[in-house]
Order: sequence, then structure tokens, then C-alpha cells
Amino acid sequence: MIIQSVIGGGLIGIAVSILLLFNGKVLGVSGILGELFNHRLSQNYWRLFFIIGLLISPIICNTFKPIPLTEMTSNNLLIIAGGLLVGFGSRLGSGCTSGHGVCGIARFSLRSLIATMTFILFGFMTVYVMQKMLI
Amino acid sequence: MSAIISLLVGIIFGIGLIIAQMTNPLKIIGFLTFGENWDPSLLFVMASAVFISFFAFSFGKQKNQTLLNLDFEIPKRNDIDLSLLVGAALFGIGWGMVGFCPAPAIVSLAFGNLQTLLFVISMLIGISLVKIIKK
Repeated sequence: MIIQSVIGGGLIGIAVSILLLFNGKVLGVSGILGELFNHRLSQNYWRLFFIIGLLISPIICNTFKPIPLTEMTSNNLLIIAGGLLVGFGSRLGSGCTSGHGVCGIARFSLRSLIATMTFILFGFMTVYVMQKMLI
Repeated sequence: MSAIISLLVGIIFGIGLIIAQMTNPLKIIGFLTFGENWDPSLLFVMASAVFISFFAFSFGKQKNQTLLNLDFEIPKRNDIDLSLLVGAALFGIGWGMVGFCPAPAIVSLAFGNLQTLLFVISMLIGISLVKIIKK
């Protein structure tokens, strides 16, 4: 199972490297989503095509090996609240797992390191509280 | 050309997330769970992604322009402000509630789960709210 994590993480690192070394951009998904409608289309092609790539990646994967279906909470209220918080928080904090957690740490940004430790800490506390409340 | 690169990057990134099972919210919740059931997968994913990205950022630093002769756009901020901390904390709470961060949620849309769609719509609303309050 560790090998899957390392190969998957390696591919993520390769994606980050290609985007940086060819297009000069930092791969941060919350930023890409947030800026998607802020610019003229001519400056936005790279964001749009990146999102299209993300959307079709499971279709490509699925032709080689069927992907297990998503298992997640069935509590719709929790999903809406979680979605709002993930969107709002990652945008307010200028990054999520990709922008801060991978790119930021790889370029030794103190801001990103602190952001990453903060969201992991709050993630742990949230799961702990939810399990105590048996949600 | 940069659009084609972005498409490729999106596909590689998405496949990386799928292979690493980061598109499975249960894996994320497992990582954020204290105790003997702790699932360290995400740590291995991040470590290998950071390891590869580190070389790309180091190489990029020595260059004035990218391989496509574009300018590098690297964030320059290094201040730790309240937006960063509050944003990261809120993101962490939402992340722990559902087990999705932005990229895996977008990738998982193709699995056709209505709850994923609900999450992504809520996330996009959350992202837009930041734009509104920052005006």
C-alpha cells in the first residue's frame, strides 16, 4: 500500500514540476478554481485546460483498471458545510493541500508550512470531535 | 502550447491522486484519526510529491524563464497573517468533516456520485464568498 502512495505522490510531484518548468505556474488547485473567472479567457486557458485534465483523469484511469466508487458520509448537511468551509477556508488562506502542502513546502515557504500544519491540526481535531459525537 | 501542457498536467495530477487513493475520503479521514488506526498514506504521498517538486523548484530558481520562455510566477509573500491562519483552520475543519480537499473532489466528479457534486457546488460557493468579502 505504501508503494501506491509513493507512486501516486511521485506523479503529483511530476505534474507540479512540469507546470512549473514549462508554464512557470505553481500548482494550487484552490487558486486555479478561484481565479478561473477572474481573468480574460486568453489568460485563463491554462487554468481551464488543467481542470479539464483533472476531470478526464479518472476516465483514462478507468480504462486500465476500474476505480472503486467514492465512499463518503451520507449526511448532506455535513457535505454542504464541509464544502463551504473547504472552499472558503482554502481561498482565504491562499492555498490548500496542493498549493501549500506540496508546492509551498517544496520551496521552503514558511507561510505554507504554517498553513499546512494548521489545516492538518484542525483536520485531526475535527475528526476527533466528530467521532466523539458519533456523526 | 501552454494549454496542452496544462491539460497533460491535470491528467497526470489526477491519475496520481487516484493511484494514491487520495480521491477516497475514507483514506483522508484515516490519516486524520488519532490512535492505532492511523493511516499514514497521505504522509507518504506528500513526502514523495514534495521530494520531486523540490528539484523542480531548485532548478527553476536558477533560470530566468521557463522552458517555454515564459516568466515564473512564484508567490513572494512571507508574512503570517490572520487570513492565512483562519483560512487554513476553516479549511482543515471542512477537510476533516468530509475527507475531500479541492483537487480530489473535482477528480471524483467523474465517478458520478451526487454527493460529490453537492460538495463541489458548496466548495465553489465558498470560494466565491471570499471574493465577495474581500471587495
